[in-house]
Amino acid sequence: MTAGGRHPSAVGRKPAPLLRIANLSLRIGSKRVLDDVSLDMAPGEILALTGESGSGKSMTALSVMGLLPGAATATGTVALNGEDLLPLPDRAMNARRGCDIGMVFQEPMTALNPFHRIGDQVAETLRIHRAMPRGQARAQAALTLARTGLDPAQVSPARYPHELSGGQRQRVVIAMAIAMRPRLLIADEPTTALDVTTQAQILDLLTGLVRDDGMGMLLITHDLAVVAQHADRIAVMKDGAIVEMGATGQVLAQRSHPYTQALFDASSYRPALAPRAPGAPLLVARDVVRSYAGARKGLRRAPAIRAVDGVSLTIASGERVGLVGESGCGKSTLTRAILGLEPLQGGSITIGGQPVGTPATRRQMQAVFQDPYGSFNPRHRVGRLVSEPCHLTGLPPGDPIGPALTEVGLSPEDARRHIHAFSGGQRQRIAIARALIIRPELVIFDEAVSALDVRVRARILDLIALLTDRHGLTSLFISHDLSVVRGVTDRVLVMKSGKIVEQGPTGAVFDAPQHPYTRMLLDAAPRLPGGA
Amino acid sequence: MKTLALGAVLSALMVAAALLSFAWTPGDVTTVDIPARLQPPSAQHWLGTDHLGRDMLSMIMTGARTSLAVALVAVGIGMGVGVPLGLAAAARHAGPLDEVIMRMNDLVFAFPSLVIAILITAILGPGAINAILAIGIFNIPVFARLTRGAALPLWRRDFILAARTAGKSAPRISAEHILPNVTNLLIVQGTIQFSLGILAEAGLSYVGLGAQPPMPSWGRMLADAQTMVALAPHVAIIPGAAIVLTVLGLNLLGDGLRDRLDPRLERGAA
Amino acid sequence: MAAYLFRRLVIVALSLAAASVAIFVIIEIAPGDPASFMLGMNARPDTVAALRAELGLDLPPVQRYLAWVGGMLRGDLGLSYTYRAPVAQMVAERAQVSLPLTLYALALAVLIALPAGIVAATHRGRAADLSVVAGTQLGIAVPNFWFAMLLVLLFALKLRWFGAGGFPGWSDPGMAIKALTLPAVALALPQAAILARVLRSSLIDILSEDFIRTARAKGLSRRQTLWRHGLRAALIPVLTILGLQFSFLLAGAIIIEQVFFLPGLGRLIFQAITQRDLIVVESVTMLLVFSVIVVNLLTDIAYVAADPRLRSR
Repeated sequence: MTAGGRHPSAVGRKPAPLLRIANLSLRIGSKRVLDDVSLDMAPGEILALTGESGSGKSMTALSVMGLLPGAATATGTVALNGEDLLPLPDRAMNARRGCDIGMVFQEPMTALNPFHRIGDQVAETLRIHRAMPRGQARAQAALTLARTGLDPAQVSPARYPHELSGGQRQRVVIAMAIAMRPRLLIADEPTTALDVTTQAQILDLLTGLVRDDGMGMLLITHDLAVVAQHADRIAVMKDGAIVEMGATGQVLAQRSHPYTQALFDASSYRPALAPRAPGAPLLVARDVVRSYAGARKGLRRAPAIRAVDGVSLTIASGERVGLVGESGCGKSTLTRAILGLEPLQGGSITIGGQPVGTPATRRQMQAVFQDPYGSFNPRHRVGRLVSEPCHLTGLPPGDPIGPALTEVGLSPEDARRHIHAFSGGQRQRIAIARALIIRPELVIFDEAVSALDVRVRARILDLIALLTDRHGLTSLFISHDLSVVRGVTDRVLVMKSGKIVEQGPTGAVFDAPQHPYTRMLLDAAPRLPGGA
Repeated sequence: MKTLALGAVLSALMVAAALLSFAWTPGDVTTVDIPARLQPPSAQHWLGTDHLGRDMLSMIMTGARTSLAVALVAVGIGMGVGVPLGLAAAARHAGPLDEVIMRMNDLVFAFPSLVIAILITAILGPGAINAILAIGIFNIPVFARLTRGAALPLWRRDFILAARTAGKSAPRISAEHILPNVTNLLIVQGTIQFSLGILAEAGLSYVGLGAQPPMPSWGRMLADAQTMVALAPHVAIIPGAAIVLTVLGLNLLGDGLRDRLDPRLERGAA
Repeated sequence: MAAYLFRRLVIVALSLAAASVAIFVIIEIAPGDPASFMLGMNARPDTVAALRAELGLDLPPVQRYLAWVGGMLRGDLGLSYTYRAPVAQMVAERAQVSLPLTLYALALAVLIALPAGIVAATHRGRAADLSVVAGTQLGIAVPNFWFAMLLVLLFALKLRWFGAGGFPGWSDPGMAIKALTLPAVALALPQAAILARVLRSSLIDILSEDFIRTARAKGLSRRQTLWRHGLRAALIPVLTILGLQFSFLLAGAIIIEQVFFLPGLGRLIFQAITQRDLIVVESVTMLLVFSVIVVNLLTDIAYVAADPRLRSR
């Protein structure tokens, strides 16, 4: 699909707006969250609202739904088909929510009631608005579920949410939102929690439903590549205000506002990599098997689950290797196994010829983890946190903490502060300082930039490239995000269902994938025009 | 905030009364003065006198000593044994040690606590020490469960992974990373168990199985008062009020501390 | 579910076995020989020995333990040393007071706690919530036997609406229920306070869940969301607490029976202890432990049955 020109509203006579937001401002307590937001949406149009976390995208959506938190006060106009929704009492809004406006949420794992069957949850939308008899609503719900790709013959409406995958649950949420064929659909980061292949299917489903029913869709996403492929128009938000708005192709091609330009650059950012000549093999894994006992089924156990199923890999000294795969493919288990934190049911992992798991081998590798908020003991000061790996080596003479912090762009004084005083990006810098303080041979970056906003992510990627170069580090970069892995590695491994299905030089694998799974991953990944 | 302050003041008041009673009480709790029995509160006896003519205020102050001491030691037993067990069970999650510790916990939990307390004190003889034991044993599974429950999610956090990559052993991680992060919970639960201990001690003493004469105790004062309720309501009302205020103070203190120390709230504010 | 039940039943059986051993050992090490106690200080040694043989006290402990457990499995709780009556029969008589009292109190507690918890959670921070919170704080802090004394003072001695104690038997059910009302109220108050607190906080947690927001986005009103999506989830922790509180309810009943001179199981156990009627102590304690374990088993099963995520395991 290409952006723009897909809908009659883009050319010719302008129809009356479906949604008109005018001068919307919002305060929560004393905090100003939205500042004079104005936008128009035509019927059947897909408008993307994009920006970094905290920019006010979701609050704009909740203002339209009338589901703002209690302490919020909104001023301005939010008009649906010419009717201002803001002054409406809750009772009147109940009749519009789910009927005229449907909403899809980010987190499919928690958006459904775990106690009710999925068919009943979809039927509830119909019963609330139409007082349809139960049987009829159930039948209609089954049809709606089928429209979202959940064929009742395969996925029974009598199932409970926990029996479904994330993608299937999101289809249920979508079915609930479109059951009444609303004129406006709001999708708040509908695919952020999903894997890349599922993301592509859900986005295609949403755009298909929008076109079929002639709904307008307000698509909220932080991902410019998703915007580029699916939106007719785009509004870029920053600090509670819209900084730029226009047809998607035009905005992304011209990037007239500096913030749009910065987001665009950061989205496809690749740090400069100095060429490296790999040395002798450093980390060698042979036929590694890690399996878990299966769940109890009746009085027997289900067969064991092989999280890592016969993986062999070699990382040479000085190499920058990537490992990509979707959630549940076993890459996290493999990471912990390499760190010597998982017992193996088969095979061996050695670093410098020694089996991993001993203090001597731990000294040779360190890791940077994904969650900047969970990676640090909140009770300890930064100095103690950063120097924790010195447990393996003894504290080196002099003060290692100050230089370690300076090296990652913080100041030595930060050692005395607690971790909650730092932002997500700063925390990942501290995590890098902690990993490098004992100068390991191998550093494992486990989804180390996945939780960060794009501009912060770009700067952390720069820092990683700089420091691995400066200290001649070998690195293993694990991510679900193909574009990130492409930017920082020389060689890449693709993992699926506990096995490595393809490996090779990064450029070659990305440009000419051999395995069908790699091809599917690459096809599914949304792409920016002119970007990665 | 108000909760915390009110709870702290009430609790401090009771502790102060107990401590002061070592040095000074308005009257003598061992002197029997039958002619002056069952007097209502007056300038001479602020809280009146009991059925033996003893000064009620002095009895309440000395009784506070018994209540607080029994409950405090019982909480100490519960924490001292329960917390290490909980930490060990979490560190060896789903292993045989975890299984054994949790099953033993379930077993103690299955006993109706006061029934067993009655049994122990009845068999070993009534007295403050046996009351402490009886209450303390039932605090062990409470703290073991709480500690294990709070420690398990911590073990899945990345900072524990980082500590393990730094080569630290499970006991060391438990002491250095897990324990400090469950301390708040333990303090809050500690105040709750403290107040439950005071109620339990009062109950045991009321049925004659707790502290024995001449050691004054709020529960026994109530037992003595039972037949006098109609004659002199104050002998029944005052010791009960002392229990209520102490327990209320400790519970408010616990609630206030929880609001203050809850790491979830801390993060929400950040 | 079947496998879960099987596992739970195995654990219940093991717990009961362990509990019976523990109780037997405690009684065994207890000082005081029932036979000499029954015959008084001046009894002749051969009379005492004869009584010991008659009571089976001269047999080795293992044999006595097995006889005791075997009897219980057949519903035979032994013969009381003092009354020479079957313990099962004495328990059955006393249970006619204790069981209705406990259930009465439980019903009162739930009837008070449910509306209080719901009103508090849905009016968070407002006057109704604050008064429920204050009420629960007070309810938890009040010792039930003292509250019972205050009730007697007010309703029996001053107002004379109820008797101050005793139990007329079930020949006139109206009078029996009246006699149990003050004890049940005293017993129910702390329980209601705890339940209301748990319901309030669990409802507050549930109402901030994502699926509640989803329900609102479908067009359900606040009230519909509460009834259709909030309450069921919020009642699950309440159920657990209800099970856990059962043993406190039993213990409370034992003390409350003292206040109101009710001829229930609590009185039976106290009399038996003072008279060294150890077989009664043993069997009644075992019975109480058994009922606590069974109630906890039932709440666990209900817990699993109420949650489809657990049910399919």
